[in-house]
Amino acid sequence: MSRAVAVAGSTRTARRLGATELVWLALAGVVVIGAVLVAVDGHNLFSTANTRDMLARSSLLGFVAIGQTLVILCRSLDLSVGYVMALCSLIAATTMNGDPARVPLAIGAVLVVAAAIGLANGLIISVLKVNPFIATLGVGLIIKGYLDTEYQGPAGDVPSSFQQFGYSRIGPVPLSTIVMLAVAVAGILFLRKTRTGYHMFAVGGSEDVSRLSGIRTGRVIVTAHVLCAVAAGLAGLLLAARFGTGSALVYDSGYDLDSIAAVVLGGTLLMGGRGGIGGTIAGVLILAVLDTVFNILEVDPFFKDVLRGVIIVAAVAIYARRQIDRKASRVRFGGDGGSGGSAPPDPVPDAPVPAGSTGGNA
Amino acid sequence: MSSDVVSPATTLLRMSGIEKSFLGVQVLHGVDLDLRAGEVHALIGENGAGKSTLMKILAGVYQADGGTVELDGQSVRFEHPLQAQQAGVSTVFQEFNLLPERTVAENVFLGREPRRNRLVDAARMNTDTQALLEDLGLTWLRPATRVRSLSVAGQQIVEIVKALSYDARIISMDEPTAALADEEVELLYRLIAKLKERGVAILYVSHRLKEIFDLSDRVTILKDGALVDTVATADITSDELVRKMVGRPISSFFPDKRPGTEAGDVRLEIRQGGNEQVDGIDLTVRAGEIVALAGLQGSGRTEIAHALFGVDRFTRGQVLLDGRVVTLRSPRQAVRSGLALVTEDRKGEGLVLNQSVAANARLVLDAVLPRRASQGARRIPGILSSLELVSRGSSQEVRFLSGGNQQKVVLAKWLATEPKVIVLDEPTRGIDVGAKERVYTLMRELSAQGVAILMISSELPEVIGMADRIVVLRDGRVAGELPGGVDEETVMALATGHQADERGEP
Repeated sequence: MSRAVAVAGSTRTARRLGATELVWLALAGVVVIGAVLVAVDGHNLFSTANTRDMLARSSLLGFVAIGQTLVILCRSLDLSVGYVMALCSLIAATTMNGDPARVPLAIGAVLVVAAAIGLANGLIISVLKVNPFIATLGVGLIIKGYLDTEYQGPAGDVPSSFQQFGYSRIGPVPLSTIVMLAVAVAGILFLRKTRTGYHMFAVGGSEDVSRLSGIRTGRVIVTAHVLCAVAAGLAGLLLAARFGTGSALVYDSGYDLDSIAAVVLGGTLLMGGRGGIGGTIAGVLILAVLDTVFNILEVDPFFKDVLRGVIIVAAVAIYARRQIDRKASRVRFGGDGGSGGSAPPDPVPDAPVPAGSTGGNA
Repeated sequence: MSSDVVSPATTLLRMSGIEKSFLGVQVLHGVDLDLRAGEVHALIGENGAGKSTLMKILAGVYQADGGTVELDGQSVRFEHPLQAQQAGVSTVFQEFNLLPERTVAENVFLGREPRRNRLVDAARMNTDTQALLEDLGLTWLRPATRVRSLSVAGQQIVEIVKALSYDARIISMDEPTAALADEEVELLYRLIAKLKERGVAILYVSHRLKEIFDLSDRVTILKDGALVDTVATADITSDELVRKMVGRPISSFFPDKRPGTEAGDVRLEIRQGGNEQVDGIDLTVRAGEIVALAGLQGSGRTEIAHALFGVDRFTRGQVLLDGRVVTLRSPRQAVRSGLALVTEDRKGEGLVLNQSVAANARLVLDAVLPRRASQGARRIPGILSSLELVSRGSSQEVRFLSGGNQQKVVLAKWLATEPKVIVLDEPTRGIDVGAKERVYTLMRELSAQGVAILMISSELPEVIGMADRIVVLRDGRVAGELPGGVDEETVMALATGHQADERGEP
């Protein structure tokens, strides 16, 4: 049996923590350290106001980052999410135009427009073979140009009934956070339970392997982009509910890059194929907790960005160290010393060759 | 064969008259091959004999230009690997088609995950995989294990299990043992025995004669893209097999040594060099000498060049240049120490394709030896014309040059640094005969000037015709050393290790 053990033994039995668990641990660490720092400053990080602030911050970025996770899992990227958010907030506010009865229509319009943009992104990437970075940047710029010419300032009017989506809470938890978490759960189930979800990991892991296994890789990429844009559309709806109006200028708020940072912080490989929404949510919460802590401590806003940058880079550096070099699995001569070199190994140990060791004596 | 469940005579597959050309170069000349249920059929031949191409045609990766493929008497033509798989023809390539971040079960059922109520039934996927594994006696392999954490052998087994899960009746394996340790090879042997019992036909491509005699029922020998013979393995000796694989007349276009060329002091010495890929390498190259590293693909030739040049490193042993121990941690240091490496992959590693001839030729000088650059660059036009470079001027982008002329630019780039030791990895691969001859002449000129040359080549005639000494590698170790001018069979025998049993290790 020793032989089987020799092969199986290299499956790392001392299983290390998975990436997702690690991110949630990091979140716990950030919360503890943040709470201590805030307490030293004479405040309470867990006061209702602060908790609400943290969760409210996380719901908006959460929607965007959930979608971004799907896209990045497929080894793609979406830089247009900020513009989609802004556009969708305007569509929502102008369609509603203060009339509660038009809310369903507005939501429908937002979802359709967002899905269409996602479809465009996905087709440009999978059919025209444009690099995702350029494709989504280009689509984003097209939307930006439209917004800048059509909407000089806030536009539209969100009825108060829909503004509840932005402001009502259950206990200390904003309704928007609950919706965001529900979307996250749906996303996790999608990835773990549907073929398309499985195939997103596959396409991100290797498009060639996926194609050779009969997966229609283009469809998978398009699906991811449609879902990503729809998630950004949901964020746009939430934005409209919060502001009471549509605003073009949110595209300057950096949700595109923040969402990518949250995804990567959450342990999803930027090169695709590994990760998940669970980690992303932790990444979003880490960023939200940091922002809240920095606000309470009144950290200089520029220095705040420096700190965020350092934390993101450090986290990704840690993940990179955990990566196992694939080449290492092809090692022919293991640890140094040992067989040192002078004595060549036996050609083949007395192999109990099964199929007639003298060749076919049929 | 003890089991008579499947009659071994049933012919499953018959390929006849298979022809294939790439860019006008014919690589398969009407090859025939037939596979019977329950047999291991070895496919053997030198590097470039056409084994891989034939295999890829069977797998649906390439399409034959001529000839027919019959499966169960029905003519088939696979346009896509998936078609072949669905017809029961699976292939385990050397480069695995696995997703390292996914589990064994997820890889086995990739693209056709079982579903219940439209959702993926992960439980069934795992139990089905478990059943497949248990059938093969692989109880130590768990369906939920991530493929990344498996050894190479483990990954290979996952590939085979994946093939079987398509109800494969024919599995072809491309050098399945190339990356396996000895005890893992044994595991593969047992798996192959199980497959035979089930009546699966196995096409087994390997260089290793021992495996062929251990495993195969019949063997098909290819040479230069043509069928030499198909024989029952029991009816042939390893000597005969080697003779059928090689034995081509040595062509005479290798230039003679320049008068006055003689081996001087030892320029380069490797003592017991080793790392993850090679081990116990002892090697010396004298000034004015051409030493060839021969061996099969994957035997560690390129790895030695890379370790020497600081691309990878030797983690054991010493490297001496002109008698002094040196530690080369990067190609930059290697160049400064007087080494040059003409890489195997000319387009990927040798040239900046969209830059000019002049820029490419100056590349190393500018990057590594800036103080000598302008002086060195003045020699470049002379070097290029002595190499008889054909181009539309030094500002032409190198991607528009022919392979042979591209290689001349690479050589000029390195000659401009005036190296003391030059390593040539497959210096004539993919270049025309004229350019080849020019490269050979250049090698003779360099050795007359006292440059030490280490040449790596898969072309045995070239190795034998050019080298003063031939160091043969096998599985990352030195299998032996031969003088230049020996016959191909001797080199091949050492490289495949077929006489290792009789006369022990050299």
